[in-house]
Amino acid sequence: MRHLRQHLPGRRYHHGGGDGSRQGRRGQVSDFKALDGNQAVAEAMRQINPDVVAAYPITPQTEAVQVFSQFVADGEVDTEFVTVESEHSAMSACVGAGAAGARVMTCTSSAGLAFMWEITYIAASMRLPIVMMVANRALSGPINIHCDHSDSMGARDNGWVQLFSESPEEAYDNMIQAVRIAEHPDLMLPVMVMQDGFITSHAMERVEVFDDQAVRDFVGTYTPRYSVLDVENPLTFGPLDFYVYYFEHKRQQVEAFSHAKDVILEVAADFNRRFNRNYGLMEAYRLDDADVALVALSSTAGTAKVVVDELRGQGVKAGLLKPRVFRPFPAEEMVEALSHVKAVAVMDRSISFGSMANAGPLFLEMAAAFYVNGNGSKVPMVDYVYGLGGRDIGPSEIESVYMDLLRIADGGEVPNLVTYLGVRE
Amino acid sequence: MATQTSTPTRLTLRDLSKKSDRLTSGHRMCPGCAAPLVVKQVLMAIDEPVVVTCATGCLEVATTIFPQTAWNVPFIHNAFENSASTASGIEAAYRSLVRQGKIEDNNTRFVAFGGDGGTYDIGLQALSGAMERGHRMLYVCYDNNAYMNTGIQRSSATPLGANTTTSPAGKVVPGKRGMRKDLTAIMAAHNIPYVAQASPHNWRDLMQKVRKATAVDGPAFMNVLSSCNRGWRHDADETIEMQRLAVDTCMWPLYEVEDGEWRVTYKPKEKLPVTEYLKPQGRFRHLFQPGNQHLIDELQQEVDTRWERLLKLAGES
Repeated sequence: MRHLRQHLPGRRYHHGGGDGSRQGRRGQVSDFKALDGNQAVAEAMRQINPDVVAAYPITPQTEAVQVFSQFVADGEVDTEFVTVESEHSAMSACVGAGAAGARVMTCTSSAGLAFMWEITYIAASMRLPIVMMVANRALSGPINIHCDHSDSMGARDNGWVQLFSESPEEAYDNMIQAVRIAEHPDLMLPVMVMQDGFITSHAMERVEVFDDQAVRDFVGTYTPRYSVLDVENPLTFGPLDFYVYYFEHKRQQVEAFSHAKDVILEVAADFNRRFNRNYGLMEAYRLDDADVALVALSSTAGTAKVVVDELRGQGVKAGLLKPRVFRPFPAEEMVEALSHVKAVAVMDRSISFGSMANAGPLFLEMAAAFYVNGNGSKVPMVDYVYGLGGRDIGPSEIESVYMDLLRIADGGEVPNLVTYLGVRE
Repeated sequence: MATQTSTPTRLTLRDLSKKSDRLTSGHRMCPGCAAPLVVKQVLMAIDEPVVVTCATGCLEVATTIFPQTAWNVPFIHNAFENSASTASGIEAAYRSLVRQGKIEDNNTRFVAFGGDGGTYDIGLQALSGAMERGHRMLYVCYDNNAYMNTGIQRSSATPLGANTTTSPAGKVVPGKRGMRKDLTAIMAAHNIPYVAQASPHNWRDLMQKVRKATAVDGPAFMNVLSSCNRGWRHDADETIEMQRLAVDTCMWPLYEVEDGEWRVTYKPKEKLPVTEYLKPQGRFRHLFQPGNQHLIDELQQEVDTRWERLLKLAGES
């Protein structure tokens, strides 16, 4: 299958070990740097060199815009950095700048994303290719600065493409690809690039950073079709739309989304050609012959890979499916990848309050996907809500989930449709 | 269409009549509404190319019903409260793209419009931020004293005692409680290069202020009184007269603050009592019923106090 790519670590390294400096590395493909997830994203933004960035600081995203501010202050980018007074104005300014035909980026977290919410809908409906990094963080209340996915999941129906990143490296790679995805003429949709707040936003890791020129060649130049700065051909953006046309305009957004999977894969293929790192709609880890499988987003997938390897060492056929793309949701591909598995556990780092069994949004999507695309096959599937407000999830907890799955796969009853993993009841 | 001219248009009716409308006729604003007059005067005063942002409200919904538009200049409406921050983004994009040589510098001016709801209230934060950051734009508030587009609810620009649908005159509450927010003074406190208050009945004064506002290399703010006959409850052909009465009673003084210097631009020959302004408007009718005289007295006192303070700031007393 074209879209089910393994994450192949076959990288070309055209240079020796690094002192981290870009000096004297002309002509080399990449370099290694010790970066945390925020710095990695800021580095990608420096290389992309957007025309306008409008952002407001919020923990744990803050460092990304701080680092980028320094790039602006040092003249390393051509960007106009609009230091807005709120996230609401950040997204509003992004819409203005995007309508002006600029390449536009921003970053946020949690309440910041919630505060943008009204305007994220407008950004998508205006078909503005804004790219935004979201360092995932819990929503109030009570106030909490640590990771869960309730912010992005709350914004899942806003009309943005959503990419989740496991590591600083993936956050860097996704930011670069997001520009091409957003600006693709078939799409023209804003893209959100997620990473786990603190867990990867603040975790220093070895990140392969490509040459500036290579990144600039990859993202290319952006030629907008329309601009509110075109005074010779004045256009009206954001008019009043009654029932006569509103529905058709929403339908056009759906039409754009119908191209999204192809565009994401096309951009990923080119990224792989140039930088030799494989991305698809999802990553299947030791899944081909797996009996039981976990579905987990972002950094938790990294922890789960360790557990999978350990279980495999014990002869347990454990596997993992990590969705990279949550919007558009790759329903058919997810079901196909899991159709041979005897039991599936979906890991949700947020709750959809009041939904079926108070499950998480990823589980609900998966359940719907299996109902529609499963050809009648009913793979037992359970949901584990975990890690809310930054509660740690370790290998032993993930292992316990696999043990539950083995019992279910063995014909055991499904004890709970939804389990709140690691909570004091 | 807007083109850059080497010699500015003179503010004579003969010259202005030759200019094409940047807000065309055929829009669906109510008969007698002052807002389109304000917009036409503002845009006519600017010779340079213009990009307009607009808050949600009467002006936006009545001029841009898809697939039609009354705007002959680039126009964007984003949301209710973010006309200023949307303009910030456009202005930043313009500077960035010009600096990088991606587009030509054609001296474009950026004008943001908002009603009193989108400016005094929900949009105040975005406006304050945009002014503080120093974006080169003119923000124009057309102040019609209430949330007219949603059915005449009180705003913080609603005068004391006015009858609105959320400050109705009833058996125990006689209309809107409390005085108006003095937004123009709040904007002057931002220490931006140019702040002014104007009224479309005095078109030359308004347009001269627009000229000054768009000449400064930084943010400018203008608060323009804009009668809504539906909300103020007067006949549609009395709009300009209501504007004049607001100014001649000193309910709405005309002044400007240029680089911190306050100047009154129009002084009524005879300062009329506020009752001259209140009487013809249905929204104040209940103030003339027995037991409500004290509200008129309070309003008169407030107007007198603010007028004296303004004269002092302008060095005229």
